[in-house]
Amino acid sequence: MNTDEHRSSWAAFLFPAVQFVMVAGTVFTFISGRFAPPKAITAAGEAIDLQYHMTLAVAAVVFILSQLGLAYVVLKYRDHGQRVQFTRGNNVLEAAWTSLTAILFIGLGLLGGKAWANGRMFEPNSDANLLRIEVTENQFVFNFRYPGPDGKFGRIDPKKIDSSLGNPLGLDSSDPASADDIVVPTLTVPVNREVELLLRSQDVIHSFFVRELRLQQDAVPGSIVPVRFKAEQIGKYEVVCTQLCGLGHSSMHTYLNVVSQEDFVAFLKSNAG
Amino acid sequence: MSAHGHTIHVSEAPTGFVRKYIFSTDHKVIGIQYFLLALTAVMVGLVLSVLMRIHLLWPDAKLPFIANGIMTPAQYLALVTMHGTLMVFMVLTTAPQSGFGNYFLPIQIGAPDMAFPHLNMLSFWVTFVSFLCLVSAFVVPDGAPISGWTAYTPLSGLGQISGPGEGWGQTMWIVSIAFFCLGSLLGALNFIATIIDMRAPGMSLFRMPLTCWGWFVTAILGLLAFGILLAGGILLLLDRTVGTSFFLPAGLVVTDQLQPHSGGSPLLWQHLFWFFGHPEVYIAILPGMGVASHVLSTFCRKPIFGYKAMVIAMNAIGLLGFMVWGHHMFVSGMNPYSGFAFSIMTMAIGVPSAIKTFNWLSTLWGSKIHFDTPMLFAIGFVSLFVSGGLSGIFLAQPAVDNLLHATYYVVAHFHLVMGVAAIFGIFAATYFWFPKMFGRMLNEKLGKIHFWFTFVGAYCIFMPMHFLGLAGGIRRYADYTAISYLQSMRPLTMFVSFAAFVTATAQLVFLYNFFWSLKNGPKAGKNPWNATTLEWITESPPAHDNFGGQYPSVYRGPYEYSVPGAAEDYIPQNLEPSQVAREARS
Repeated sequence: MNTDEHRSSWAAFLFPAVQFVMVAGTVFTFISGRFAPPKAITAAGEAIDLQYHMTLAVAAVVFILSQLGLAYVVLKYRDHGQRVQFTRGNNVLEAAWTSLTAILFIGLGLLGGKAWANGRMFEPNSDANLLRIEVTENQFVFNFRYPGPDGKFGRIDPKKIDSSLGNPLGLDSSDPASADDIVVPTLTVPVNREVELLLRSQDVIHSFFVRELRLQQDAVPGSIVPVRFKAEQIGKYEVVCTQLCGLGHSSMHTYLNVVSQEDFVAFLKSNAG
Repeated sequence: MSAHGHTIHVSEAPTGFVRKYIFSTDHKVIGIQYFLLALTAVMVGLVLSVLMRIHLLWPDAKLPFIANGIMTPAQYLALVTMHGTLMVFMVLTTAPQSGFGNYFLPIQIGAPDMAFPHLNMLSFWVTFVSFLCLVSAFVVPDGAPISGWTAYTPLSGLGQISGPGEGWGQTMWIVSIAFFCLGSLLGALNFIATIIDMRAPGMSLFRMPLTCWGWFVTAILGLLAFGILLAGGILLLLDRTVGTSFFLPAGLVVTDQLQPHSGGSPLLWQHLFWFFGHPEVYIAILPGMGVASHVLSTFCRKPIFGYKAMVIAMNAIGLLGFMVWGHHMFVSGMNPYSGFAFSIMTMAIGVPSAIKTFNWLSTLWGSKIHFDTPMLFAIGFVSLFVSGGLSGIFLAQPAVDNLLHATYYVVAHFHLVMGVAAIFGIFAATYFWFPKMFGRMLNEKLGKIHFWFTFVGAYCIFMPMHFLGLAGGIRRYADYTAISYLQSMRPLTMFVSFAAFVTATAQLVFLYNFFWSLKNGPKAGKNPWNATTLEWITESPPAHDNFGGQYPSVYRGPYEYSVPGAAEDYIPQNLEPSQVAREARS
C-alpha cells in the first residue's frame, strides 16, 4: 500500500514482553506476601497496614494500566507504514486526567492522616495510666530508664556520664528521685497498656524502629521526642537503629519484650535498687 | 530550503589549544567538558557501588582499592557516602543540565553562545575544583566521610571523635559541596539570562523545545536551592573548624566526653539540607523529562501531546518541589502536624507527574514509532519514571513511612525515579545528540545491546529492592549479621548484586561505542533524525558561532511532525511558511 521505509524492529515486540514480565513479576510478588512485614501488634499498626494496602491498591491500578498501556502503544504503533493520527492534544482529556489523579492522590493522603495521628498527636499527660519510659541512645547502644516507684525520673548531668562506672546516662545521685530509677539495656513493657517512650540521644542522631509496632522515630540530641504505643501481643521483638550513626550502625540493636502484667511487676522488682 | 537569516556579532574563534579546549568560553566545549567530568564521576560512582554489592555478599572478600583488602564497616559507609555524593552532584546535576544544557540550549534557541561566556567557563572550573576536593577525600588521613550524602549533624559536625572519616574527609566533602554550589549558582544565572535575553526572532517562550523548558525550570530551581545548601555548608564548616554551634546542641557526650557546644539544632541542618535536597531531585530529573519528551516526539513522528500542559506541569513540579522537603523528615522529630501538611503537598506533586506520563502515552498513541537507540532510552525513561514515581505515594504518607523509612524501599524508589530514569534521560540525550556534537553516528547495534542490558538490568536491581525494604532491610548497613530478621534476605540480596554486576559490565559496551564511534562512526550529516529544532539546521558539529553567521528566525513550534498537507513529515522551526512544501494532491 505505501512506499515509506518501514522502521519497525524487534524492539517493538521485545519491549512489551519485558514490560509484561516486569509487571507480572512485581504484582505476583506483592500478592504472594512473601516479603510482607510481620503482623502488627498494635491497633495503630493495623491502621497503618490498612492505609498501606489502600495505597497499594491505588498504586497497583495505576502501575498496571500505565505500564501495560505503554507496552500496548509501543507494540501497536510501531512503524508498519501507517499514517500518523495528527493531534496536538486535548484539553478536556487533560483536565479530566488531572482532576482524577488529584482526587485520588490527595484523597489518599488525607485518609492517611488518621493513621499518622495515632501515637504521634496527643495531649501531653492525657492518660493517667500511661507508662513512661525514657530511651537514651548513644554510639552504639540503647538504654531504657524506668522512673521507679516514685514515678519520677531523677536528674541527669552530662558531666557524670561514665559507662565504665556503670552510669551510662549520667544519673545525678544527689537527686533523691534518681535513687530508684531503673536503667536496663532492653525494653520491657506490659501487654495492653499505653506506653510513652521519651526518645533522647547523647551524641549523634539515632533511631528507634520496631517493625511489629509499625513505629519508627529518630532520637535527636538536644531534644526529647515522645511517641506512644499499646502492644497487644506478648512476645520478643527486635529493636534496631535506622539512622546512620557511625561505624557501628549496623550492629546497634536490642529487644522489646512485651510481657504480662505479672511478669512486668516481676521485671521491675528484679531490677529495683 | 534555506531560511531567512540575520547576523549577530560574535567573538572570533580562538586558535590556541589552551583557549580552544581547556579554558574555553565556547558553550559547546564547556558542555563537553561537563559531560566528560560526569562520565568520569559516573565510572567512579559505579565502581564504588559494585564494591558495596560485593561486600554485602562476601564481607570477608579481598577487594581492590581497599586499604588492607578487607572492607571495614567504616569503609563501607565511606563508599555509601561517596557513591551518593558523586552520583547526585557530579553526575545527575552535571550531565543533563550543565553538560547537554550548555551545549544545546543556545543552539536550540538560535543564539551564538551563552549570555556570559566567561562566567560559563568559571562555572565549569569551579565545579572541576569541587570534583577534585571530593575525590581527595579518599586519600586524606582516615579516608572519606561516613555520614552519607545527607551529612546529618551531629555525626558530620563533631569531627574526628564521631567516627573515622569525620575529620579531614568530612571537611573536604563540605568544601567540595560549597564549591559545587558556587559553580551551580553561576551556571543557573547564566542559563536564565540566556533563555530570557538570547532567543532568536520568533522564538517565543511557547515555541521553545521542551528540553529548553526543562533547563529553564531547572536553572530557576538551582538558583533558589544551591544558595541554601551553600549557607548550610558554610555553617557546618564553622561548627567543625572554629567551634560555633549552629547545628550542635548543649550536653553532647561522645565516648564519655562532654562536648563544648551549646544552643544549636540538628534539625536545622536537615531543614536547610532538604530545602535544597528535594528541589535537587527535580534538578536531576526535569532535564531528563525535557529530553524524553523531545526524543519521543521526534521518533514517533508526531507532535508532543499537550505541549502547554507539559510546560505547565514542569513549572508546577518546580514550584511544588519547594514545598515538600519535610517529607524526608517525617520521623525526624519534626512536629507531626507539619509532617501531615508536607504529606499532602507531596501527594499533590504526583498530579503534574501524572500529567506528564499521560501526555507521553498520548504522544505515542496513533504515532509511527522508529526504534532507534535514543527512542528506546526515552521509552525506557517513561517506564522507569512511572515505576519509581509510584513507590513515592507510599513514602509520601507519614503513617506508611513509619514502616518504610530508611529501608531499601526508599533506596529502590529514589534510584528508579531520580537515578536510573535520569540516567536514561542522559543516555537518550547522548545517543540523540552525539551525531551533532561529534559529527558521527554511534553504532546502533552496540547501542541496542547497551539499552537492553541496562533496561532489564536496572529493573532486576531495583524492583527486588522494594521487597528487601518491605522485608525489613535497612539501608546503610554494612552487614546483616547482627539483626536476626535480616538473615532471610540473602537470596534476594544475591540476586540484586549479580544483576548489578551484569548491568555495570554492560556499561563497557557504551564506553567502547562512545570512543570507537568518535573516530569510526559513519558521518552524521546535518539532520540524521529528520528533526525539527534549530540544532539540526546547522553543521555537525556546529561552527564556533553555531550557525556560520546565518542566524535563524523561527516561524512555528518545535514539534511539527506529520502535519497534514505537508510533503515532508517534519517542518523545521526556521522554515518560512511560504517555503513549506505541500503534499501533491491526488
